[in-house]
Amino acid sequence: MSYLEYAVKTAPTGFRKILHLNWPVAILLASVSGAGFLMLYSVAGGSFSPWAEPQMKRFLMGFVLMLGVAMVPIWFWRSLAGIAYLVTIGLLVAVELFGTVGMGAQRWIDLGFMRLQPSELMKITLVMFLAAYYDWLPAKRTSHPFWVILPVIVIIIPTFLVLRQPDLGTSILLLAAGGGLMFLAGVHWAYFAAVLASAIGLVTTVFKSRGTSWQLIKDYQFRRIDTFLDPSSDPLGAGYHITQSKIALGSGGWTGRGFMQGTQSRLNFLPEKHTDFIFTTLAEEFGFLGGFSLLGLYALIIVFCVWSALMNKDRFSSLLILGIALNFFLFFAVNMSMVMGLAPVVGVPLPLVSYGGSAMLVLMLAFGLMQSAHVHRLR
Amino acid sequence: MKKTRAETDFSHRRITRRAALLGGAQLLFIGGLAARMRFLQVDQADQFRLLAEENRINVRLIPPSRGEVFDRNGLRLAQNAPSYRIVIVREDAGDTDLVLERLSRIIALDEETLERTRLELKRSPSFLPVTIAEDVSWDDISRVSVNAPALPGVTPEVGLSRVYPQGSDFAHVLGYVGPVSDYDLEKITDPEPVLRIPRFQIGKVGVETKLEPMLRGKAGAKRVEVNAAGRVMREIDRREGTPGSDLQLTIDAKLQGYVQARLSEESASAVVIDCDNGDLVACASAPTFDPNLFVRGISVKDYKSLTENKYRPLASKTVQGLYPPGSTFKMMTAMAALEAGLIGPDETVYCPGHLTVSGRRFHCWKRAGHGWVDLQTSLKRSCDVYYYDLAIKIGIEKISAMAKRFGLGIRHDVPMSAVAQGIAPTMDWKATNYGQDWRVGDTVNVSIGQGFMLASPMQLAVMSARIATGRAVEPRLIKSIDGVETPSRGGEDLGLNENNLRKMRRAMNAVVNDRRGTAYGSRIIEDTMRMAGKTGTSQVRNITAAERRAGVIRNEDLPWERRDHALFVSFAPIDKPKYAAAVVVEHGGGGSKAAAPIARDIMLQALYGAAPPLEAYPAKDRERIDLQQEKLRDMQPQASFIGRDQA
Repeated sequence: MSYLEYAVKTAPTGFRKILHLNWPVAILLASVSGAGFLMLYSVAGGSFSPWAEPQMKRFLMGFVLMLGVAMVPIWFWRSLAGIAYLVTIGLLVAVELFGTVGMGAQRWIDLGFMRLQPSELMKITLVMFLAAYYDWLPAKRTSHPFWVILPVIVIIIPTFLVLRQPDLGTSILLLAAGGGLMFLAGVHWAYFAAVLASAIGLVTTVFKSRGTSWQLIKDYQFRRIDTFLDPSSDPLGAGYHITQSKIALGSGGWTGRGFMQGTQSRLNFLPEKHTDFIFTTLAEEFGFLGGFSLLGLYALIIVFCVWSALMNKDRFSSLLILGIALNFFLFFAVNMSMVMGLAPVVGVPLPLVSYGGSAMLVLMLAFGLMQSAHVHRLR
Repeated sequence: MKKTRAETDFSHRRITRRAALLGGAQLLFIGGLAARMRFLQVDQADQFRLLAEENRINVRLIPPSRGEVFDRNGLRLAQNAPSYRIVIVREDAGDTDLVLERLSRIIALDEETLERTRLELKRSPSFLPVTIAEDVSWDDISRVSVNAPALPGVTPEVGLSRVYPQGSDFAHVLGYVGPVSDYDLEKITDPEPVLRIPRFQIGKVGVETKLEPMLRGKAGAKRVEVNAAGRVMREIDRREGTPGSDLQLTIDAKLQGYVQARLSEESASAVVIDCDNGDLVACASAPTFDPNLFVRGISVKDYKSLTENKYRPLASKTVQGLYPPGSTFKMMTAMAALEAGLIGPDETVYCPGHLTVSGRRFHCWKRAGHGWVDLQTSLKRSCDVYYYDLAIKIGIEKISAMAKRFGLGIRHDVPMSAVAQGIAPTMDWKATNYGQDWRVGDTVNVSIGQGFMLASPMQLAVMSARIATGRAVEPRLIKSIDGVETPSRGGEDLGLNENNLRKMRRAMNAVVNDRRGTAYGSRIIEDTMRMAGKTGTSQVRNITAAERRAGVIRNEDLPWERRDHALFVSFAPIDKPKYAAAVVVEHGGGGSKAAAPIARDIMLQALYGAAPPLEAYPAKDRERIDLQQEKLRDMQPQASFIGRDQA
């Protein structure tokens, strides 16, 4: 699809674009964030400081950012995909270099008003670049070995850089998002079967490497896996978190203890209750109904995104939207599995709800792209 | 690439199919999460509700007590003392402004403290305690306790804080601790939970930070029962943590105190090393400061007075300071030549006061020249031209290699902050760092310890110990850990020709004990303790041709920071070397005048283990030394600090 074809099929122009936004998604994002403000207000003991107020400001900033990005035609963003990918790789390398110069492990770059984690940004630019790649590649060649190796390299480079930071959680998310996009683009089944088989092999090797001179992951990462498999082995560390998290969640019951009445979270049994474990507070105070509703909101966001992608005839746009939705899904699925004791504690926040500026802004930027694709879709 | 309609449709269909698949999988997973949530919250709700009711039990960390540090004789250098602080919890206090106002009427709180507390209260969650005042006196604590009913939410707490009883004497070696900062946390990949305890102290500088993992220990935990408001009702059980390891340093606190007092307010440093096992028995950098000031957070005023002092009291000059070693380096040039077999038994060189090398004139410090000099005379009277001549013959690579064998240009493994590597330059080194070719003139400069050559006082002390013993003595700072002795660092034989080493030692003996030696004024009279050494005076500026024509400017007439550095390296007793020492006085003028007397006094103090008898000194100096010893005795119990308020 060339630029010319885009121009021929006229998309809405000027402020009329606002009317053509995917408003359901925008409203759903605001509702999820609203739930976040409420919880941050609650965990601070009924106070807008220190978390709820900055979070609200960031959301407003993010919302404006989303609208801004949505107003710019999607083909402009597509032309930026390559540069965006390279710049993010550059930032990751920069962080890596700063780290060796003696600043210690550093995952972010200070922009003055906020700290930007290049690995967060990478999730979006990787999806963007892959979508542009498959848009350019003739569909017949998708499963040709050469044209499969290329995107694999594109995924492996940032994954490796993030793994070195070290940030295991984010690198797994990158790998999953990248692989998911290749799947969506229609790469042959056999490749995925092969990767799955070798992944099983790799995991076995990693476990075999423990304690030997060529140990592949850090000791503390092994310990996290240990505590996941047996939470009682480390009752003061991560195992304690999982146990306490399950108690808080479970004690919520059907309707919960009521807003600001959650004893478990308020009595400091819960760790990092304003970031990674915020869902437990929500589940304790609003019960199964509250937790299920939030899950429902998340599910609806996914559904609307997939719907928007399927309605879109442009290959880049639909792949991009699906990739963003997949990223978003992985985000909350991993976090929720973690707090419900279904996955090891890997330090992934709950999107839009957990306190944190970098993740919030990057997500809103991603949904800005999604909105742009939606507004400027081929009708 | 142009796409056909058919291709677009084909790919769109495929994407739709796969998207439906993946979307379905996602929804399935979400369904799984919902089922899990239902299982936990509905099916097992009663069980968890029960657990939650029982979960009045809160696990709290007990910070481990930090390892203490002792000197080689068991004197305590760093210990943990109880310190009281007053905290406030917002949700218990209600009207915090009113409570703070009442509190400030009971105990003295300045406006700055109150302002900081208000700000912190606003920023942190309402159930977290905020520290109002630290290091509170026992009187104030009792006053707060008595008035408790009027002060809701305010509680006194007791904790342990680091204290350095020897004050400033060990500021540079031990360093100090301070509360964990955000910056510290960012540097650690997987911080232990104990680091998140408010005001937990970790090492910031020196041994305290280099051996932090050893000193810190492991946190314990206690289970406490809390009521619905989160207040601790009783302690159920506790598991004690592992306290940090106790360390014993090789340093002798008494000697260290003497050295520090002897250096006094001079910008200087001194290192004394035991030749047998490499023990650093003294390692002092002056001026110094009181590390206790940093533990509680230093005031802006005090900190400024430390950073703005031109003598740089915060710098650990013994390991961090790099100086051109000047004439103390001549032994290296001589050893390189001797080992290469380039000095004949009676070979002499004529010194006319200068030597012209590839068109450039290099001067000897003595403008009139030394006439005919042999090896011993050249070192004794510190003739420069002799070494220019040698250096041109042997070349830089051999000199540099020899310097490294003696421990220069090598970073020694000592757990202190900012241990410098120094430079023993080679041709490659210059090519990498300056992108220029090595010149003969560079070799000439290095031969007398100028030019690119840089060494720290500790390296110079190691060099002297290696000359004295012929072994690769390495400095050792930690004598034992939890009572277990660390291995001696006396070192292996350097594999040098013993005759050559003996020549060096004889020449160094002549420097101090020969009537015409440059350090004759600083000799030791007592026969069993005679000292050998070498003076050094290193230039920090280039003398211009114009200056030369105008006549040499006397050092005293120059501004302080342009004067020469004074250096002295030594070992004693000559027959059976026990200690080696290096003294560097920054911009002190001549090595024989400024550094050698200090080295002599320190050496005697070390050998006698106490103030030496006056008989050890030359007769005409005794009266002056007596006065000096008396003065130092007064200073020693608490050497003066820079940076402490006079009040």
